[in-house]
Order: sequence, then C-alpha cells, then structure tokens
Amino acid sequence: MDAMLRQTALWYGDLGLLTVRVARNLALPPAYLRLVVREIELMGVRSLGLALTAAAFTGMVFALQSAINLARFGAENYVGPLVAMAIFRELGPVLTAILVGGKVASGITAELGSMKVTEQIDALRTLGVNYVKRLVVPRVLAAVIVFPLLTVLANILGVLGGMFTMFVERGTDLYEYWNVTAYWVVPKDFLTGIGKSVFFGAIVTLIGCANGLRTEGGTEGLGRATTATVVQVAMGVIVSDFFLTKLFLMIFW
Amino acid sequence: MAAIVELIDVRKAFDLTPVLRGVSLTIPKGETHVVMGGSGSGKTVMLRLTAGLIQPDSGQIRLFGTAIERLSEEELLPLRRRLGYVFQGAALFDSLSVFENVAYPLRERRGPSEEQIRARVVRVLGLVGLTEGILGLLPAELSGGMRKRVGIARAIVGEPEVLLFDEPTAGLDPTNSKLVVELIGELRRGVCDTAMVVTHDLDVARAIADRVSILMNGHLAVSGPLTAVLESADPAVQAFLAGDLR
Repeated sequence: MDAMLRQTALWYGDLGLLTVRVARNLALPPAYLRLVVREIELMGVRSLGLALTAAAFTGMVFALQSAINLARFGAENYVGPLVAMAIFRELGPVLTAILVGGKVASGITAELGSMKVTEQIDALRTLGVNYVKRLVVPRVLAAVIVFPLLTVLANILGVLGGMFTMFVERGTDLYEYWNVTAYWVVPKDFLTGIGKSVFFGAIVTLIGCANGLRTEGGTEGLGRATTATVVQVAMGVIVSDFFLTKLFLMIFW
Repeated sequence: MAAIVELIDVRKAFDLTPVLRGVSLTIPKGETHVVMGGSGSGKTVMLRLTAGLIQPDSGQIRLFGTAIERLSEEELLPLRRRLGYVFQGAALFDSLSVFENVAYPLRERRGPSEEQIRARVVRVLGLVGLTEGILGLLPAELSGGMRKRVGIARAIVGEPEVLLFDEPTAGLDPTNSKLVVELIGELRRGVCDTAMVVTHDLDVARAIADRVSILMNGHLAVSGPLTAVLESADPAVQAFLAGDLR
C-alpha cells in the first residue's frame, strides 16, 4: 500500500514537473515549428476518421434514445437542442479526447518509452539538446491546436448524425429541427466544449509524454507504461472534465 | 594542467543501495583515464554523473571547472555540447539514417550549411573507418562494430573537448574490439586529447590509458599509471586483475 501511494505521488510529481518545464520551455528557442506541423498531421489527420465516426454514431444513438423518451412527455421536438447541447458541451470534447487521446498518448508513450530504454533520450541530452523542448513541447502545442479542431468537426458530425436519425427514423421535418436547435443552443454551449478540448489536448499529451519519459524495465516496462497511459488518459479526461465544467459554469453561466 | 573532469567525494545510491561511497577523481586536459571495475561496480554511474545525466547524493562534480551537481537540465546543455559521449549500445536514433544521426548535433546548432554538414559528416565517418556508402542506412541495418563507430562519429562531429566512453568494446568480436581501441588511440592525435573510458577489459587499459582507476565496493581501490596499478599490493585489486574476484 505504501509503495503504491509512493508511486502515485511520484507520478503526479513527475507530471507536475514536466508541466512546469513545458511551460518554461515554450518561450525558449528553437521553436521546432516543423515538428509542431508534423505532429499536427500525425495527431489530426490520422485521427480524423476515428473522431468523426464516433461523433456521428454518438449523435445518432443519442437522438434515437432521446426521441423515444421525450415522446412520452410530448417533448419530441426538443430532441434537436438536447442532442446539440449534450454534444457541444460534453460528448463531443470528452469522447474525442478519450478516443483520440488514448490513441495519440499511447503512441507517444511507446515512442518516448522506446527512446528512453534504448538510451536515445540520454543521447539527446549528451548532445546538448533540450529533450523537453524537442520531444514534449511540439506534441503539446500540436495537441492544443488539433483537439479543438477535431472537436469542432466531431460536434458538426454529431449534430448532423442526430438530425439524420430523426429524419429517417421519426420523419421529423429538418427545417423545424434546425430552427428549434438554433433557437435554444447559444454560442456559449459550443465555446465551453471547445475550451475544454484545449485543456484535454494538453492533459492527454502530458500524460503520454510523462509516462514515456519515466519508462523503465525494458520492453516489459514499455508495455506497462503504454497500458497505463490508456487508462490514465481516460481517467484524466473524465476527472478533469468535472472540474473544467465547474470552472466554466462559474465563469460563464 | 587544468582539470577537465573532477569528482570530489561523490556518493550515489539507488533505492538505498549505495553504489558510489565517496569517489574522487581528477582528469586533466590531455589525459586518457580508464576506469575499470566488475559488472555492477558503478562505472557507468560515474560516467553518467560526469555528464550530468544523473545527480549525486552528495559530493561535487566539476566539468570544465564548473560545478554541475546543482545545475538544471537547461543550464547543463552548453557544457554537454563540449563533451562527446559514446554509449555502450551506441544509442543511435533508430528512425534516422547514419547521415542524419551523425549530422544531428551540427543541425541542432544551426550554424553550418547543409553542404558544410555533409562534408563534415563524411570526413568524420572516414576518421572512424566508415565510407560514404553507409550514409543512407538505418542503424538496424548496421553490424555491432559499425554501430559503435557511428556512435563515436556522432560524439566527435561536434569537436568535443573530452570524450566519455562507456564500455567501448562490450559486445564486439576481437577484431572489432581491436579496431575500436585503435580508433580511440587515434582520436587522441588531432580530434580530442582528453578521455574518460569505463571498461572491464584490461586490454583496453593497456592500449590507451595514461592512468587507470579500479572501482571496487563503491571506492576507487587504486588509481595511477597502469604499471603502478598492475603492481598494486591490494589483494582485491590483484584478484580483480587476475579475473579471480568473486
């Protein structure tokens, strides 16, 4: 039990220190813009299919469930705003962060962990290269750009998915559906979700990088670190979502 | 003679297990110092401490006259650019070609042009006995000896003031071991005249050492010219040198 608590405390300590070092290194040269662009491509373009498919089907299933249950209260015409608000505020950013984040962060852990166990990170350090600036900062910067963009697209697909389902399954008039949705949904609903996704991007990549950089114990250790990353990313997103929601409600409600 | 590397009463433990129990060592400019010791004796720990890759629990480490044990990672970078470190397993960047590996330190410094970098990489590979033909190969396509030499090329391309070698002959066949040892000797003439070499191989010490230290039980049991070390009256040192230490 003591060992487990110690490990947990060390993990949070490492994550905190890495966050501080990333913040400190943001302003230091060199900018490594080429690496940021490369990471945007790796994270964004290659995760597009995953994020959009998940969002579209989430919107569809949410509309289906909502329609059946709201119909019992004669409120079926409120499915549009309900689906849009749920997707904009929670499902879009959270699902994108968990799915894309799990994929991106486990990839980062595997890459950095492999570099750690084969002493490539130490090699960078002995060559006088700032490894946090070179390996971590570009990934964090790319993620805080990519995650909001993916979330915007996921939101659009989610809402369209809901609309499509209502049209096909319930014969809802698309014009009316859109008008009711546009009447009830305000920019704040959309923007708070996008705001969260910026934080999720940073949290996900920092967890992936921290686990990669603290990998020990050869290939077995690498496997453990990668698995831990997937779990910690999901938990990190879900737990931080609560606190971010509280924060945004305090500021913007 | 100015000391390039200085370790003063350095102590280091891992998980409460002491590895170094007060090690002091000075390497002046122009000296090749070989640190010998058995497996797990702490030789690599000494080397990593010297490069600032890990921090001592106590004691002082001076590199080029600067105390480094309290410096942050960012503050250490300029000092590290003045040294070359050759890893036991070469630690080449496995997704980069031989050319990109050797050119890496030069590209990071953003001084020389691509033509100058290419010329310098080819020249340095020539120094370590490799040809232009391997420039496009990945580390996985190289033999152990070639990987080690590419690692040496990467360490010397930035014209370091001191070279740190971690078990330079480990895992190599006798021919490649001999080649690498000869190469280390040649590097002293014109490339880098100061080196710290950790090894368990007495033949390496015989071939290149100005002074030798033997690390046992966390202490330097003996330190001095090879002849003095070979004649040491310490029975443990004699047992180590004879390969009888258990």
